[in-house]
Amino acid sequence: MAVEMAYSELAAPVDLNHPGHYVHWGVVQISVANLVVIGLMVLVFVAAVLLPFPKGRGRR
Amino acid sequence: MSDSASPSGNATRDAKRVGGWTGAARRYAVRTLPPEKLLPDTQPAYMASWIYVFGVLTVSSLIVAVATGCVLALEGPGWWHASSVGKYVNSLHLWSVELFMFFMVIHLWGKFFMAAWRGRRAMTWMTGAVCFLASVGTAFTGYLVQQNFDSQWISGQAKDGLNAVGIGAWFNVLDFGQMLMWHIVLLPLVLGLLTAWHVLLVRRRGIVPPIDALAPEPDEQSAATAVQP
Amino acid sequence: MSRRTRRAAEPDPAAFPTRPYDLLKEFTIALVAVAVLTAGLAALFSSPDEQPITLATWSAATPNDFTATAVTELGGTSTTAQYGPPYNHTPGAGQKIGPVGLQRAAGVRIPVDTAEDFVLRPLRQAPEPAEVSAALTAWTAAPADRQQAWTSAYSDALGKAPDGDPAKVEPGDYGPVPVLTSRLLALAQAGALDGQLLAQGRFYQTDYTRPMLFLNDGTYLADQARAQHLAGDQWGMMNETGNYPGQAWLWLYTFWYQIDPFKTSKNADALIWALMAVLSLAFVLVPFIPGVRSIPRWTKVYRLIWRQHYRGQR
Repeated sequence: MAVEMAYSELAAPVDLNHPGHYVHWGVVQISVANLVVIGLMVLVFVAAVLLPFPKGRGRR
Repeated sequence: MSDSASPSGNATRDAKRVGGWTGAARRYAVRTLPPEKLLPDTQPAYMASWIYVFGVLTVSSLIVAVATGCVLALEGPGWWHASSVGKYVNSLHLWSVELFMFFMVIHLWGKFFMAAWRGRRAMTWMTGAVCFLASVGTAFTGYLVQQNFDSQWISGQAKDGLNAVGIGAWFNVLDFGQMLMWHIVLLPLVLGLLTAWHVLLVRRRGIVPPIDALAPEPDEQSAATAVQP
Repeated sequence: MSRRTRRAAEPDPAAFPTRPYDLLKEFTIALVAVAVLTAGLAALFSSPDEQPITLATWSAATPNDFTATAVTELGGTSTTAQYGPPYNHTPGAGQKIGPVGLQRAAGVRIPVDTAEDFVLRPLRQAPEPAEVSAALTAWTAAPADRQQAWTSAYSDALGKAPDGDPAKVEPGDYGPVPVLTSRLLALAQAGALDGQLLAQGRFYQTDYTRPMLFLNDGTYLADQARAQHLAGDQWGMMNETGNYPGQAWLWLYTFWYQIDPFKTSKNADALIWALMAVLSLAFVLVPFIPGVRSIPRWTKVYRLIWRQHYRGQR
């Protein structure tokens, strides 16, 4: 009983255990979750390349 | 640049033999990775991009993944789907791995587009690439030992691929005990050693200069690094 | 000109101007950031927790699928029974890469006799009603072709019965098969079969090969997986149950299964593994592969990464 209480208290606010969403594009079938992860990777890569890196103090 | 000091005279040669294997190993270690190369407090000025932080982010997430895995190991395989605390630690382990793969792939893209294997750094690339493949294997065995429907299903699917090339006869994905051992002992050991080797190679060779960069002129250089005797 | 610079050895990083850079501080910040991010993601999203399927839940949910599968295990016509190495010797079974048959070369190292291991031994080990003892004796006494005739007749009859329900099967010469499979169903529904397939005479167990193979031979497990988008032709290997991200890094391996010639090849697994082995080797050897190693020069992404340096050089 106590265990079940703790279980519900620690339940995730965003429950991803619902039936998954999928994108179909020709031969490609990909879950929205995987697509989000891959999209974020590309986004973070582009940001890492483009955003200016803070200049260090006292060079040379 | 040459790593070894030139031998001058018998006295130096004798001094070089001191200490047997141990002394030789120490001299080799200090010669290949002197402290200022192992833990430098400066970096070349061209190292100025956010892309450089993804290597250290990858190592950091590997450490978090190993640490959360160690917490899972404290209570063992009966724990993580049967208690709320166990489940949270299981979730920590999953998300640290997602972050690990996430950062590692960005690190990989960055190093590829920088052609970071230039200048005797091919081994650095190769150890990194093998790290990636070893990580895929480690993550896969992790998915097999989750003890949920997903691990059940992918073990049934994966056995066909492994059996088709003869590996399945020894590496049985349907054997939970064997997969758990691979996941928590053998593969992390391999991945840890490869990672250490990879990082030491990075420190040894230094950060790869920009493509087609020319070293500054000697007078410019001596002004830049006034450390050399 | 540019050829000469390309050929020239890369300069030593120590020859360049430097700036202070605190590696340990960077590492500590990264470690804390990743730990906090992990804790946040875990708290927010938790982790997949779809319950595994047992022989008990399968036989309770779709008893007719269980019975149909049990008949094929007994008759030696199930996927596992005809799998070939490493489970059994089946003439002609085993995938090949061109002329090379690694599957057969590895041999039968995890022997599985589906009739004996999945049906007969569990029945013998459980307390037997007289009817089942008699059926077992009749089965064992019959010659192999007779056994085959019984199981194939019963399989056909089940296929024709409404919903494959054993209770609605037309009368016929099925020998002891219906008695054996209905008893096995009862054992499975009671949860006894899960334990029996695992035990195989030992106390400590970690090997789920037998119950997993049995489960895989039915359609129930595959139906559940298809509903979760995990089947092979759904890019299943890189997916996860629910809305969780899966092993997205397996995209290339999974991709080959979706296209010809692999999609329709009986050697798809072996061919794709061979292909992936070659591609993995190429990935490791990128610095030495002409063309591939020059892609960074052509794409010029490096000019963005080192833009401060190149700006300074101009």
